[in-house]
Amino acid sequence: MFQHQVLVVGGGLAGMRAAIEASATAEVALLAKVYLIRSHSGAARGGINAALGNHPEGREDSPQRHAFDTVKSGDYLADQPAALILAREAPERIIESEHWGAAFSRFADGRIAQRRFGGSGFPRTCHAAEHTGHALLHTLYQQTIKRKIKIYPEWQMLALAVEEGRCHGVIALDRMSGETAAFAAEATILATGGAGRLYAHTTNGIINTGSGMAVAYWAGAALKDMEFMQFHPTTLFGTNILANEGGSGEGGYLLNVLGERYMQNYAPKLMELAPRDVVARATQTEIDAGRGFEGGYVLLDLRYLGEKQIRERLPGISELCLDFLGINPAKEPVPIQPGQNYTMGGIACNEHGETEIAGLYAAGECACVSVHGANRLGGNSQLETLVFGKRAGESAAKKVQEEAVAPVEKVLAATLAQQRERVEALLKRAPGHETGGIRAELRTLMTEKVGIFKHRAGLTEALEKIKELQERFTRAGISHTGRTFNLDLARALELEGKLALAEVIAAGARARAESRGGHCRVEYPRRDDQNWLKHTVAHCGAEGPALSYGEVAITDFPVEERGP
Amino acid sequence: MTEFTTFKIFRFDPATDKAPRFDTFQVRTRPGQNVLEALFEILEFQDSSLAFRYSCRGAICGSCALHINGKYRLACQTLVQDLRGELVIQPLQHLPIIKDLVVDMEGFMEKFASIKPYLQALQEPEKERLQSPQERERVDEGVSCILCACCQASCPMTLTHEGYLGPAILLQLDRFFQDSREAEKATRLDTAAGEGGVWRCHTVFNCVAVCPKELHPAEAISHLKQGLVARKLFGKSKGHK
Repeated sequence: MFQHQVLVVGGGLAGMRAAIEASATAEVALLAKVYLIRSHSGAARGGINAALGNHPEGREDSPQRHAFDTVKSGDYLADQPAALILAREAPERIIESEHWGAAFSRFADGRIAQRRFGGSGFPRTCHAAEHTGHALLHTLYQQTIKRKIKIYPEWQMLALAVEEGRCHGVIALDRMSGETAAFAAEATILATGGAGRLYAHTTNGIINTGSGMAVAYWAGAALKDMEFMQFHPTTLFGTNILANEGGSGEGGYLLNVLGERYMQNYAPKLMELAPRDVVARATQTEIDAGRGFEGGYVLLDLRYLGEKQIRERLPGISELCLDFLGINPAKEPVPIQPGQNYTMGGIACNEHGETEIAGLYAAGECACVSVHGANRLGGNSQLETLVFGKRAGESAAKKVQEEAVAPVEKVLAATLAQQRERVEALLKRAPGHETGGIRAELRTLMTEKVGIFKHRAGLTEALEKIKELQERFTRAGISHTGRTFNLDLARALELEGKLALAEVIAAGARARAESRGGHCRVEYPRRDDQNWLKHTVAHCGAEGPALSYGEVAITDFPVEERGP
Repeated sequence: MTEFTTFKIFRFDPATDKAPRFDTFQVRTRPGQNVLEALFEILEFQDSSLAFRYSCRGAICGSCALHINGKYRLACQTLVQDLRGELVIQPLQHLPIIKDLVVDMEGFMEKFASIKPYLQALQEPEKERLQSPQERERVDEGVSCILCACCQASCPMTLTHEGYLGPAILLQLDRFFQDSREAEKATRLDTAAGEGGVWRCHTVFNCVAVCPKELHPAEAISHLKQGLVARKLFGKSKGHK
């Protein structure tokens, strides 16, 4: 058995920031499914918000304004005290990252550059060229090396050892050896990222399976607001890699199969510059109505800008098109389609990262504090990882100093035995290739029935189908029984978690009879504050998710229509 | 338009195999499909024992660096249609094989950690340290590196001398040497002059030829060499202009 005071699971920005903070006063280790620098935080391009006021047009900006934009973008479902913390602590986290060596882009006077981002009232998005997430991820990794934090790379968490509402540590599978082991910890911090891979079309990396959320849910923690998914309008057809709205923001035209610039029918004033969710819904409507191309895409036409403009104003787009589609956007229009982009919901926790389970903390995309409400503001995802990663690390370390509760070995041993049995049972089934089919069917189902547009009948159908897939999974075999780097096994274990999360998302979506932020119910096109200004809370029950509802903390910003 | 492409993939499980071999797969490929997607096709529907690394599938995480038809590349960034005939896929060279296309990256990561790859600066002002856009530009190469190790595996000097830090790590060393905020430039040069340092580079330029991010580790190495020469001649240890 491995033993640590604080164990962080997940090696992206939130996990590393938590580990760095906790390491100041406690003994810390970090366990992650991939090498830390391979984490999906690195794929975040756009930037990170902070009201630094470095931009000439940003002098009137303030944390209060930043919090307001966050709450408004979240369609008032965000907890306002948490949004205020996010905004108030943003400048400190940016400055600290700069002190650690993060290579932010600069203004001529040497200060950190800031730019405008959709939904923000002021130019407050700091960035490192077009690779902000990558630059921050490497900076934090460098800090874990400096602080000599113990890392367990390529270990996959399978379960939490929980008894009577207290977490004693983690059971994990070493992908390298195939061994399953127990990690005793006085405090466990989950920072395992989003669940985009539940969807067929997602900008998320292949590792973003939502496993951490599923493991927490199975262990008795609550999941909050899981029906709120953000869909991005412009992802590359095929891989669904994010093509920033830069493409349309810089004047690209969106065209349907008839060659019509269809945004004129949805947002005649703003056209392609309308908010993400508006453009995503418009595009999906065109595709659903048969005005897309075969396979379900439309075209982003940048040709009229010319080669030079595209290169100067849209660095990155040409590269992405060439690398992943084999086309030149100056010569050919770019096939794009909407795709899942961000999981607003997650493991319910407070602003210290504390979950309902003692000794268990959560931070980053896997957590729901909640700062993003029903729709995350662009530039806030990386910010959340740093602000709440730090806070979770701080409170976990403080707690283990204050009241040293030794992890109970018996609980860990029993959970380890269960998980070993789970793995062995999977390996002993009749060999087969069914998991690939179940995975593909689930992802298509989620995109079609639990995606951009949802309606009651479709959601009911989805819930039935998910039950069927769960049942099929109990019989699905693994055809490779070797131990070393067994992807078939590792991915089957992830799939089991996906099947549980899918049910939570679909159940929450079916219950919520309104449209708000990323959640769009066609029968209820309007937001309904009277009945639905509340958080969905899901616990794992014997027959599936048990839903309840929690209050939204509204302190500073009165609820208003979100407007265009 | 669908057609089949032949994939010849390096296979070796040190636990059970006496010797490595190549397995051949026929994969139905479509326009725009990349090599990583094809590997998943094989994994999910043909041979679930195949081992390879993946994460972002967007050429930013550096997980899927492989030797594909004679060149080190990222599988996700390589379109099947851009390669002629059958595809031959092998793991990164001169790193111990764990299974099939998965190699042991620990040695590489240890080399990275050995150069103290973090900013060492003197004072921490209340606000950000100022850095001009031109100064920022000088760390851009190093900051853009994804540590995929393509350059490292392509370098004949890394192959023949185990202690050589190699192009990827020296690019990172130069990244800190170039940073206007760095206070330990002299120590950076000491590392560059060390046993595993820049003088082992024979300017073969394989690193430049293979880099999937189109970076120039050889140029970074030459910055460090110039820094060392300048220090010897003039007693200075400033970053290269």
